[in-house]
Amino acid sequence: MKVITVPGTLDDRSFEQLASSLPPAQGERVLVDARRVRWVDPYGMLGLLALGQVLGDRAGPRERPRLQLPDSTEVVSYMGRMGFYNRAAALYEMHGAPRKQAEGTSDVLLEITPVTSHVDVHQIVDRVNERALTILTRQLLYPLNEAFQFSVMLSELCQNIIEHAGASGWVATQTYNWARRLGRKVVSIAVMDLGVGFHGSLGGEHAARYGERWSDASALQAAFIHGVTRFQDPGRGQGLQQIRRQTRRWDGWIAIRSGTARIADVPTWSDGTPLEEGLAPFPGTQISIILPSRVVDQGDPGRPEEGA
Amino acid sequence: MTELGRVIPLRFDMSEMVRRSVATLYSHLVTRPTGQALRMGIEAQIAELGTMCLTVLDFSEVAVLDYSCADEVVAKLIKRFQREDRPVEAYFMARGIENRHQEAIDVVLGRQGLAITAELADGRVTLLGEASASELAAWNGLDALGRAAPEQVAEATRSPQAEINRALESLARRRVVARVDIPRTYFALRPLAAGSLSRS
Repeated sequence: MKVITVPGTLDDRSFEQLASSLPPAQGERVLVDARRVRWVDPYGMLGLLALGQVLGDRAGPRERPRLQLPDSTEVVSYMGRMGFYNRAAALYEMHGAPRKQAEGTSDVLLEITPVTSHVDVHQIVDRVNERALTILTRQLLYPLNEAFQFSVMLSELCQNIIEHAGASGWVATQTYNWARRLGRKVVSIAVMDLGVGFHGSLGGEHAARYGERWSDASALQAAFIHGVTRFQDPGRGQGLQQIRRQTRRWDGWIAIRSGTARIADVPTWSDGTPLEEGLAPFPGTQISIILPSRVVDQGDPGRPEEGA
Repeated sequence: MTELGRVIPLRFDMSEMVRRSVATLYSHLVTRPTGQALRMGIEAQIAELGTMCLTVLDFSEVAVLDYSCADEVVAKLIKRFQREDRPVEAYFMARGIENRHQEAIDVVLGRQGLAITAELADGRVTLLGEASASELAAWNGLDALGRAAPEQVAEATRSPQAEINRALESLARRRVVARVDIPRTYFALRPLAAGSLSRS
């Protein structure tokens, strides 16, 4: 049995270890060993689901990969609150998963939610809007009018899956206190699918123009920087541009990984890289957004009142 | 006195409409299929009228409006009635526009060279989308006058006549102001919607 060891901290950075552990071809059963995990974010959890689906697709339904859950009861409990086990049950053979799903709590902004159709997008926005407004205005100190844009971002992100991926995906968001890393609270959004990726989505329409330069990286640059889309309709392709604009406005981080490349808008507080190429191949598209709390001066008229 | 003729007012409460015609359970204006369904419903009612109409899209009760839906319901609606094969003469205004709606509408229209007269939630009126400086001057001048000949707009805005002529023509072609030809007179949509002109 091949063993894939999950790193102790599982987020968008360490996801690369999972991606590079993916065997090129699967001849034996796989154990995904997450016992060492001490910290995981929405991106990390969706990454585990994506890994399970890729392994399962390769091996067939009779040979689902096994998932060894984290030793940490805190992490196991948190993953339950995020709805991880409900989704993972179809992908992994698991031992020791809590039988009853833990109830969601106020720190969970949106549990892991499948995105398969436009109806899901409506449900997500309906479910998250009120909660997001409360968290963004009270904890992240965003003005109310701007906080509405969070639901717009989620809607556009999820629609990207439906319109472009050709496969279903997942979304999850969560608030954290990044005390050591940033000294502020953040909201983390993760969106993943295992569809055709940017290279596949744009290839039919744009690959010929790029010739030999057409790659995962050039496809990402075309969409991310230039707003290129596979549709002729001039009204298309603005969702991603507006998500970038809003993320920049909130001094946030956005990164999109697709195939073997990753592109990002890097704020000053991050040491991330704007473009990475030559990553381990992984199907579909993986998006990470981090929105830090607003730094508000005392006396700032935009500062929400206590208890507002 | 020059009259535009009978202009039928049509008002669509967008929040009510999405509940009625798209999905009973959902109240937000998100996703392209939702916008398409709304647009088709509006187009059908306009076509059914069969006469010139001023359509007010009321967003007062809409909490979330995403870019995809705004593109489908606002931008494509305007584009449809800019085309030569439009079923009737129809003009559009947005109402109840909060900051949270303004950006989505402004962006989707601006990207495609479109514009719409918008009454903001605080009562102010503005032009959202794409407009040149001379178009904006002409639109502001006409809005203050209600209806006017091109010469009156040029005088009110202290702009060169030829420039105002071009700007008003462009605004009329883009369905942002209404126009009658003999004698050439332009009508701002806000006072038209308020009914002040139809009483004169």
